[in-house]
Amino acid sequence: MKASLKSLDYSVLQQCMHCGMCLPSCPTYDATKKERHSPRGRIALMRAVADDELKLTPAFAEEMSYCLGCLACQTACPAGVDYANLLETARAEVAGAGVGRTFTSRFWRAVTVRGLFMRPRLLRLAGRLLRLYQRLGLQTAFRRVGLTRLLPADLRRLEPQCPTVSPNFSHELIRPVERPARRRFRVALLTGCVQDLTFSDVNRDTADVLLANGCEVVTPPVQPCCGSLHAHNGEPGPARTLARRMIDLFPPADFDAIITNAGGCGNHLRHYGALLADDPAYAARAEAWDAKVKDVHEWLMDNGCVAPRNGLGDLTVTYHDSCHLTHGQKVTRQPRDLLKLIPGLRLVELPEANWCCGSAGVYNITQPAQSEQLLVRKVGHVISTGATVLATANPGCHLQIERGLRQAGSPVTLLQPVTLLARAYRAGMKPESLTA
Amino acid sequence: MGAADPTFVDALKAAVGAANVLTSPEDTLPYGFDGTAALKGPVGAVALPGSTEEVAAVMRLAHGKGVPVVTRGSGTGLSGGSVPSPGSLVLCLVRMDKVLAVDAPNLTARAQAGAITAAIDAAAGKHGLFYPPDPGSMKISTIGGNVAENSGGLRGLKYGVTRDYVMGLEVVLPDGRIVRFGNACVKDVAGYSMKDLFIGSEGTLGIITEVLLKLVPRPAVRRTMLATYATMEAAAQTVSDIIAARIIPCTLEFLDRTTIGCVEDYAKIGLPRDCEALLLMETDGHPAAVAEEAARMAEIACARGAKEVRTAADDAEAARLATARRSAFSALARVRPTTILEDVTVPRDRLAEMVAFIAEVAKRRGLLVGTFGHMGDGNLHPTFLTDERNADEMARVHEALEDIVTRTLAVGGTITGEHGVGLAKKAWLRRQVGDGSHDLMRELKRAWDPRGLLNPGKIFD
Repeated sequence: MKASLKSLDYSVLQQCMHCGMCLPSCPTYDATKKERHSPRGRIALMRAVADDELKLTPAFAEEMSYCLGCLACQTACPAGVDYANLLETARAEVAGAGVGRTFTSRFWRAVTVRGLFMRPRLLRLAGRLLRLYQRLGLQTAFRRVGLTRLLPADLRRLEPQCPTVSPNFSHELIRPVERPARRRFRVALLTGCVQDLTFSDVNRDTADVLLANGCEVVTPPVQPCCGSLHAHNGEPGPARTLARRMIDLFPPADFDAIITNAGGCGNHLRHYGALLADDPAYAARAEAWDAKVKDVHEWLMDNGCVAPRNGLGDLTVTYHDSCHLTHGQKVTRQPRDLLKLIPGLRLVELPEANWCCGSAGVYNITQPAQSEQLLVRKVGHVISTGATVLATANPGCHLQIERGLRQAGSPVTLLQPVTLLARAYRAGMKPESLTA
Repeated sequence: MGAADPTFVDALKAAVGAANVLTSPEDTLPYGFDGTAALKGPVGAVALPGSTEEVAAVMRLAHGKGVPVVTRGSGTGLSGGSVPSPGSLVLCLVRMDKVLAVDAPNLTARAQAGAITAAIDAAAGKHGLFYPPDPGSMKISTIGGNVAENSGGLRGLKYGVTRDYVMGLEVVLPDGRIVRFGNACVKDVAGYSMKDLFIGSEGTLGIITEVLLKLVPRPAVRRTMLATYATMEAAAQTVSDIIAARIIPCTLEFLDRTTIGCVEDYAKIGLPRDCEALLLMETDGHPAAVAEEAARMAEIACARGAKEVRTAADDAEAARLATARRSAFSALARVRPTTILEDVTVPRDRLAEMVAFIAEVAKRRGLLVGTFGHMGDGNLHPTFLTDERNADEMARVHEALEDIVTRTLAVGGTITGEHGVGLAKKAWLRRQVGDGSHDLMRELKRAWDPRGLLNPGKIFD
């Protein structure tokens, strides 16, 4: 099925009554004050394409790429416009038509979106090689002698942003099935792609807090990518393939909940129903799947999360909302409430906590200038709180803001809420420092 | 000449900088509409000046070449006032967004036309002062647009509308001259009150570039209450009784059942869905006065059969309720593709009958309507939930609007309380104001702007 704005139910486009309530929530409109860079402006362009008033021009493609996809406009929109659907459809149409693509962008797209992120084992192999490069000091050496200059321009820009790969991946830290002392629930744990390669310890922490809350945790060692990267970047075909693989691996009827701990993945994971609505073999299971997907903070707090007996000492923490957790999944209260369960932890509110940090999937790669502006703004706010720890629940935000804080010379530690909770539980068992 | 003419565009770029002139379809298409449903126009070019001098330079160019100019701020207007006329230049003032000064000793604020309404109140708040007019779009609407439309809001009952706060204006005239009217004096009767001519002039007489606003002391406390009713008449009668009891609350807003459902779908703040009408009541001022007024209002509401009167626990809940009310119009768009919003206003003692009439008309014409509005000041917002692609239904909407306007004028009301005439209400203006007044308005416009360059086709042809 070919995705296009014209084949989209027109009422989705019409839903926008251009009242302008979205404008103050949009980071790109805020930066430029131009209507084209606002949600209602972009929807007007999409509608013009659907109405044959505008062709799929490179400028249209660029505009769809310039949108962060942060979905802050969906939170702001009283009319309930399904902006995520509109943006994904527009991006798919642009990708399908090949507008505004260079040869190198096609190449990297093929390698990543259609290659690595379709094959979890290959992705891990790439991760291992990257870790080898980093561990053997090659990174430092290459940088010192300027060998990175030999890399293609795209990679050269990215190289310093590349996260440090974990020594062990999730399957080396979490057994396929782990059982709590007293079982209340049976849940599946999704380990993610970036999370698996760079924050496998966060996955371990997630398993631990679930176990401490009476969940039997099922974590298959090899898991496909959830497909959010594909759907957000105009590749609905591969996104559907991956959704089917996920449903096959985690039959929703087998679990009380399917747990995700990455905000960006979670929002996509909850929409398999719409993605597979036209697939009779999967449509019903996809609906059931959507109902079972839970963000880990939401699941824990909604089921009466056990408060740790011990804290981590006096700790001032601030919390950054990942866009797709807060605007996509509407999970805003639970991560904060979860942090407040930890004795001695003082939560201070971050100014503009739900304003995008500029990570936005691959946005920091595709739109580096705008991404950097947002990062600087975010880092300034984090430092202004005086907190020693910034908690956030999405690997993209984690990597982006950590890089920004280090650039600014800030010592603020970045941790995910489940990690803080897991450490507090462990502190109840034996003394352990925060930086263990 | 049209705004897209290459020599004109080059001259514009020289005047405001190339980056601030937009001509490509991707750039200009999103300026073809404002917040009004089912209205759009073709954009010739867009200029985003950064100063009054640049606005004057643009106007001198447009005047020289005879290019029509449509001024806009954030484009949240609800009568089509900033929908571009054919061949026009869209002059967008959002870059001129500075709150220039808050003069606390004199209780005034000075701001550029593109300053956001809520930002002006926030700046005033830092000095313990208050800018009361609060149109629904205040988080993004610009003060220039508020003045040009004489915007109202939820606090009109006690605090009045934008006009009541404008002390001075800086305006660029159609030929590019810069003029200033008014000052920071509380009393000033030197000559005609020229500023008053520009307030509510909808961009047809000049381009407002800077405003001097009156501020008032920020009320010490505020109490917000929510009363629910089994009938709309009971809610309307409560409002009449409150005013008859010599209480002037800050806000008396109502929502009907359809609107309540839509707002709750959006805001999820626990509005009751099982009632026919809901009153949002707010009183502000001295703590003792607020406590007494709130108690009496609750008493009156109960006496009129309110099913429940709930008081907001804190400022945060009060703000959530007010924000939810401000979203009513947009939230109604959840039901059908097109939302046609009306703005008729009637003397307060005719309100209950008008609300009943609107429901009757919708039923008779087979239409879905959600009604909400400022019950305290007689300003109603019946909103037809329809589909612009259904010609038959749209025809019935227009018949229903005709019915409502006819009744409104018969009871001594106005076709627009706070949204302006623009394109949407143009057809009814003469009927309301009469031939003499209508002709005089047009003569005034011709005297001011003989070439008809500023916002042509708005208010009247």
